[in-house]
Amino acid sequence: MDRRITLAKASGSAALARDPAFARYANAVLPKRGAVAAGLEPFAGAWDKRHASHLLRRTLFGFSKADLDKALSLNSSNCVDALLTVPDETPAPPISTDVNDPTPAGTTWTVSAYDGNYNGTRQRSLQNWWMALAMRGEFSIREKMILFWHNHLATELDVVGDPRYAWLHHSLLRKSAMGNFKELVRQITVDPAMLQYLNGDSNTNTSPNENYGRELQELFTVGKGPEVSAGNYTNYTEEDVKAAARVLTGWRDVRDTPTAEFQDKRHDVKDKVFSSAYGNTVIAGRTGPDAGTLELDDLIAMIFAQAETARYFCRKLYRFFVYYEIDATVEANIIVPLADQLVKAGFAVKPVLATLFKSAHFHDAHNQGCQIKTPMDIVAGAVRQLGIPLPDGSDPARQYALMANLVGEAGRMQLEIGNPPNVAGWSAYYQSPVFYEVWINSDTLPRRVQFTDKLASAKGLGFYTDKSFLSVDVLALAKATSAPGLVNTLVSELAQIFYPITLTDVQLKYLKDVMLNGLPDYEWGVEWDDYVAAPADPLKIKPVETLLRSLITEMMQMAEYQLC
Amino acid sequence: MLNGRNGMDRRRFLKIGASAAAVPLAGGSMAAQAFGMSPLDALAASAANDRVLVVVRLDGGNDGLNTVLPLDQYANLAKARANILIPEAKAVKLTAATGLHPALGGFAKLYADGKLQIIQSVGYPSHNQSHFRSTDIWFSASEYNQILSTGWLGRYLETVYPGYPDGFPSKDFPDPPAIQIGSSLYTLLQGENVPMGMAVANATSIYSLVPAGFDTAPKTPAGHELTFIRQMFTETQKYGESIKKALAAAANKSALYPATGNTLSDQLKGVARLIAGGMQTKIYVVTLRGFDTHANQVLAADVATGAHALLLTKLNDAIVAFQDDLRLLGLENRVIGMTMSEFGRRILSNASLGTDHGTSAPLFVWGDPVAGGILGTNPVIPATVTVKDNVPMQYDYRSVYSSILKDWLGVTGADLTKVLLKDFPALPIVGTPILQRASNPSGADLEQNFPNPFREATTLRYRVDAGERVRLRVFDSRGGLVRVVVDGFHAAGSYARTLEAGALRPGIYFCRLEIGGRTWQRPMEVMR
Repeated sequence: MDRRITLAKASGSAALARDPAFARYANAVLPKRGAVAAGLEPFAGAWDKRHASHLLRRTLFGFSKADLDKALSLNSSNCVDALLTVPDETPAPPISTDVNDPTPAGTTWTVSAYDGNYNGTRQRSLQNWWMALAMRGEFSIREKMILFWHNHLATELDVVGDPRYAWLHHSLLRKSAMGNFKELVRQITVDPAMLQYLNGDSNTNTSPNENYGRELQELFTVGKGPEVSAGNYTNYTEEDVKAAARVLTGWRDVRDTPTAEFQDKRHDVKDKVFSSAYGNTVIAGRTGPDAGTLELDDLIAMIFAQAETARYFCRKLYRFFVYYEIDATVEANIIVPLADQLVKAGFAVKPVLATLFKSAHFHDAHNQGCQIKTPMDIVAGAVRQLGIPLPDGSDPARQYALMANLVGEAGRMQLEIGNPPNVAGWSAYYQSPVFYEVWINSDTLPRRVQFTDKLASAKGLGFYTDKSFLSVDVLALAKATSAPGLVNTLVSELAQIFYPITLTDVQLKYLKDVMLNGLPDYEWGVEWDDYVAAPADPLKIKPVETLLRSLITEMMQMAEYQLC
Repeated sequence: MLNGRNGMDRRRFLKIGASAAAVPLAGGSMAAQAFGMSPLDALAASAANDRVLVVVRLDGGNDGLNTVLPLDQYANLAKARANILIPEAKAVKLTAATGLHPALGGFAKLYADGKLQIIQSVGYPSHNQSHFRSTDIWFSASEYNQILSTGWLGRYLETVYPGYPDGFPSKDFPDPPAIQIGSSLYTLLQGENVPMGMAVANATSIYSLVPAGFDTAPKTPAGHELTFIRQMFTETQKYGESIKKALAAAANKSALYPATGNTLSDQLKGVARLIAGGMQTKIYVVTLRGFDTHANQVLAADVATGAHALLLTKLNDAIVAFQDDLRLLGLENRVIGMTMSEFGRRILSNASLGTDHGTSAPLFVWGDPVAGGILGTNPVIPATVTVKDNVPMQYDYRSVYSSILKDWLGVTGADLTKVLLKDFPALPIVGTPILQRASNPSGADLEQNFPNPFREATTLRYRVDAGERVRLRVFDSRGGLVRVVVDGFHAAGSYARTLEAGALRPGIYFCRLEIGGRTWQRPMEVMR
């Protein structure tokens, strides 16, 4: 993808600046969090609902009462280990759901010949397939890590074009979800989708293209530091961009296979000299068919030898999983030691995430509820939290159609999986000082509420493709609490699942009033007992269901519900 | 700007009216004919649509027998509820036989002015004594054993705002179809897909979704984001701007609103201001809570005081002030209100100076345009009242809805059936019904029966304009068929039939003439 296109797309944020409400209320400067004393020492507090919920909220897309029970059945350390366990798997690949696609319906298009007529429908198929996996309710960080990598090493379906490339690219992220940062960057560098996306395919000895060489350093690894002089970004320089591009000349994607290959005749065989930022490293120019791989290894080794690479990456982890503001205390007590651990572990991410999630810092009260739910947390999260069953893969056409709706819902809330706004990923993770607040604007906030309103309604969220509906079973949700007939218990236990911060007594009373319209508490108990005594009687079901629906609707309309 | 806005209103209302009745105003006589309406009727139906309905929910089940006092039943009532019965001497008398609770002095004045319609013993068959189920029934206009997820006013508003919420608000429809003061929306306003209105926490000060007492987010990073999101909620309220404008455009004029301690008055004060500010919103819903008076409904020392008296005082003061405000604002002819409560209370009082859940109860409709008076008779209290005895129903609650929809809001034909799901006879509640049934383009007609009211017999006269199947039938106030006078093929011409009262009990009935798919209807009354 062209830098120019990148910039043009990024200017979509100009629309946000024209949203007067956002302009008025979003951060104008970074808020002052105040020093969080807790560091990476293991969390030693009581492993209670609050802390377990916090961990689940940050590592899963929503969680149910059953997930919480499972977390509480473990201790805090074992729970982190369980969530970080990402078993190898080979999910059946996405299939064709377009009747016109020459790929027979129900079989995968990923091995079909390229056919530009079906790029769009195959891309949608990939998104739908991905959404189904993301929403399957695994007790694992896998899907959230895939989104992390997708955001960090961003590509766009719309730009990559060939859906088979996108599929290979996504499969690499999926396989590497709990893998090795350095190895993944090495593989991504010569990944067909990335070669297309950042113009590696047109990077040759006679006409070098600097696009990937720049983003590799600026966004994927070492990061841009202060511009200390013209073209010198502290961690790398414009000369380093050119040198990295020359290292990577000769790599291109091959549509027929589809794979990437190195063509030595397109490779720049001269030595590549890097700046003082890299200790004036020289990567020796090589010739022959192995030149590309050898020089790539040298480039990756050089970049990952920089202390800043591990730190830059740990800051991205921190902003994705903890909080956006990284002050001097967090830098010294969290980022630097995590980065040291990452280097010692040879860039394996799992031990670093284990340290972070098991730390007193992660569990500090100041780090709870301070994220704003991403659209995926809203869409996938609400469905999981409400325990709404989804169709399994036995009827793929139906499953894909339903997922297409959900991909669209999240997309209209500004997070379309597969299509980040540009190579920098979603601005929620880098746009200072607003960060997560960009998820909430005058268009997306009503959409979020409309979505949860529909899930909570009696009719449900409709899918016109197959006339089906997703609707919460409010009775089951109530029954999962320890005493559904006691309105105070019911409301406060649901609130623990729904919100990352504790509601005040005024708020709990408000919710109770919404449900009972000011009638005394025992009236609910009487109603509930009537229902329990005749659980199949529609006339007993209806009143409790109506009240529970108002409660659940209201709970998801509260601002607290947008916090993560 | 604001003048311009008000200047636009009439035209916009007419446009809403046109879509409501599916009758284009200009050059649309064909469509009007299709509905069996004259162009004049269509215009009348359209003009109806600057009309507003205010629903006052008396939440918890109001004790009707201590609200509208059946003075001619006091001998037996005194035996059944001696510990709570309002003494006859304290009753505010409307007629020799009927009085009001002493807290309702303002209502008696409205009654004397012809601005209060009392409808006796409104309910439904097989009354459900669960608050929630009965509320569902009242909101949805369902049968007692039927489950509906939409509300009758939601369904009505769908006929006025087709396709809502897509494309709304718009230049022509800048305001919400309905506004409920309070928290989450009642089923009352639920449409097929979405709620047909918005909840406003507090109409008089802020249009925010954030209720009072919520504005203290914790001083943490989470609290920082919470504050941001709450501010965004406030700013992005779909109709926030139009509500803000309306509130800014008008002020209340009545000095009668109680300064403090009357939540209903506070709500109605906001409603008056919104209407005066030019809102096109057709339905407002407000709530007075606390009618579930199982205990200490009255104070033993003076049964005219206590919890129920305080509630009725609030109801009285709020509506009197609201009505006064409407008059001063020049809105009196555009607004009517009705009360709604899930049930009345048991005839027999309990030992805790209270009453338990009951069935039918009187309902109030008020406003300058109502006919005024009392519909129906005092409930008959048996000499021996057991805990099982309840006030029998005289009027199906859906007949009240039907009257208001038809005669006040101008809903006709298929739309009316869509809203109420079946036909209910309308009651003479609105003084001048919006559709003058006498005017019809075809020459077919049903005249008012004569004599009316009648004791033994009355004459029904009607005209048939084309040879078709003709049915002339009589229904009771609950919509039940009581007589088939004619069912057969008639040639065009004038006809008369005699209806014998026979075993018909005293009360309101409806005579309905059907010719092909067209209907004409007249209310009539049997006396003893």
